Amino acid sequence: MSNALVVQLNMLLAALILLTSFALLVQRRIFAILHIFAWQGFFLGLSTAIIGYATGVHHLYVSSLLTLGMKVVLLPYILYKLIHKLKIHREIESMINTPATMMVGIALVIFSYHLTAPIRQLSSLMTRSTLALALATVMLGLLMMVTRRHAVSQIMGFLAMENGLFFAATSATYGMPMVVELGVALDLLIAAFIFGIFFFHINTTFDSLDVEQMAKLKETD
Amino acid sequence: MTLVILLWISILLAVALAFIGDWRYAPEVNILGSALTFAASVVLALKVYQGGAFSAGGNFFFVDPFNVYLVVLTTFVSTTTSIFSRRYMRIERSHGRVGHWRMRFYHAMFQLFIFAMLMALLTNNFGVLWISMELATLATVLLVSLYRTPNAIEAAWKYFILCGVGIAQALFGTVLLYFAAERVLGEGGNALLWTNLSQVSGQLEPTVLRLAFVFLMVGYGTKVGLVPMHNWLPDAHSEGPTPISAVLSGLLLNVALYALVRCKSLVDGSTGTHLAGNMMMGFGLLSLLVASFSLLRQKDIKRLFAYSSIEHMGIATFAFGLGGPIATFGGMLHMLVHSLTKSAVFFSVGHASQMHGTQEMARIRGLIRGNPAVGWGLLLGVMALSGMPPFGLFASEFLILTATIKDRPLLTPLLLIGLAVAFAALFRRVQPMVAGLIPPWQKPITAANIPVFLHMSLVLMLGLYLPVFLSHWFQMAVGLLK
Repeated sequence: MSNALVVQLNMLLAALILLTSFALLVQRRIFAILHIFAWQGFFLGLSTAIIGYATGVHHLYVSSLLTLGMKVVLLPYILYKLIHKLKIHREIESMINTPATMMVGIALVIFSYHLTAPIRQLSSLMTRSTLALALATVMLGLLMMVTRRHAVSQIMGFLAMENGLFFAATSATYGMPMVVELGVALDLLIAAFIFGIFFFHINTTFDSLDVEQMAKLKETD
Repeated sequence: MTLVILLWISILLAVALAFIGDWRYAPEVNILGSALTFAASVVLALKVYQGGAFSAGGNFFFVDPFNVYLVVLTTFVSTTTSIFSRRYMRIERSHGRVGHWRMRFYHAMFQLFIFAMLMALLTNNFGVLWISMELATLATVLLVSLYRTPNAIEAAWKYFILCGVGIAQALFGTVLLYFAAERVLGEGGNALLWTNLSQVSGQLEPTVLRLAFVFLMVGYGTKVGLVPMHNWLPDAHSEGPTPISAVLSGLLLNVALYALVRCKSLVDGSTGTHLAGNMMMGFGLLSLLVASFSLLRQKDIKRLFAYSSIEHMGIATFAFGLGGPIATFGGMLHMLVHSLTKSAVFFSVGHASQMHGTQEMARIRGLIRGNPAVGWGLLLGVMALSGMPPFGLFASEFLILTATIKDRPLLTPLLLIGLAVAFAALFRRVQPMVAGLIPPWQKPITAANIPVFLHMSLVLMLGLYLPVFLSHWFQMAVGLLK
């Protein structure tokens, strides 16, 4: 593969990742969110593998496999099981003002480009142009966590943010050192168990996974 | 070698306690294990004191006067907390608030949490530092929701989500740091090592590091509990079991601040300006002011002291941001005495709320008559917290104030207002709780007094007289943070 082709392919995948981030941001059906998340992980894993192939940085293959294994197979599977067990797979989340959220999302993408401009100038890597999109994915995940009211969608925002961070590491530096990537994956796995437990606790205590009703702990006068 | 033993003790203990956590002597095992880690950390500290900083385990670990003092503090407070937790959790168990499984879970997670903090302090690698900070959060999330009340679950969820968001920003900052470091140090794991980075900090690209620090500040600042990222802190402190509140307040916040200070000295070394320091001063001062005014309107006793933690972490962050030998010295002393005092106060608070069956301050009365040790413990702790002489916090706040008057005189009034408001707010709340007659709903308990006594006498000693070895030690650490 020539370098130009790799850059093109990588850009395409980055664009697809951004697209899935926006799709996550406005998708209201819990089940569909899960599908989109799996696709995002798939694009991410593919992009990592292509970069690994083109640059000869072989530990990226391991990262790619880790991503595919965790974010396309394991986490969606765990969440799928949980959603079925909790009987919320048909649930549709009510959402406030989708167009406004979209607009804020677009502003965040522009902001990410602006923020990473000095780094793109410094970098000579072939992936430098995707760093802005990676930061945008982080920001959109954050936005999703802030705007959503459902515990599952908040967690999906969290995981999308984690995808963005991983993508940022590949774009900026061809991946973090192996020990760090493995550690992050381990933390993510523990986090997955914890939110799994949480879904049950919230569901049994509040009779629903809508976190809107969890607003008791406020400063009262 | 000592270092490896230190880390292995807590991890093995975590595994063992996961199985025997509800055994009759499990709390004693917990105490013994924690005491062993304390002994190991003292050996480690002596080694550093005599031979200076060193790295171990193929550069994976790094020990210098700055982190080793926090290691000793961490293991000491975890030991006294496990002594306190023995009584406290037994009372909770007999009240039926926790059962067999939760006791096992509690003990295992307690040790895992200590392990994560020790790892964060001792690692040489900024990536592993991040991983350990995240692990420390994850280990405590389910401890905050241990009682499974709606409030506890809400608090834990908030803690999980907000700290997750925050710490993600710190990871992005770490990626940027790695990007800058790689250009100087070359590819591979070596580029994230503190020992290498601190040597080449002048060559790191300033534009990238500035951007990195913004993310690191927000990320680790969330865990320090700095305003405006502090929302998780009062909830997590008030709803979890009290031993956990004590270690969250006394230890975790310190470790997060430690991470921030390390990042700051890199960034300011690279940019040659005082940008990172200024940011820390801003966040610190804002936290001090917001938290001290929030103290005025608290009703829950544990929330009150959670806000007081935000206030004190604000002061310490401010001090490290100010920089210079006196302020940095003051900041380190402040971290030490605050964590000793705050955990002691939480011990008393825990027993006080057990006596009254509530955390509502309006219903906690007559503590000194009801249980003199608990009452006096709380009163003396609050006196120390509000910066009254002769306690250690007076000394550290005095140092920080002196440095402020010298370097940034215009900020002095703000600092003084914050301290004065906090002083007034704490006393207004605590005075009626300790004085007065015993209310009819108060129940007598057998309190664990040794930890409070130990902590308070150390705080008193540090206020009256700073041992030569400690000041020498701090000066070595101050020299490192230039």
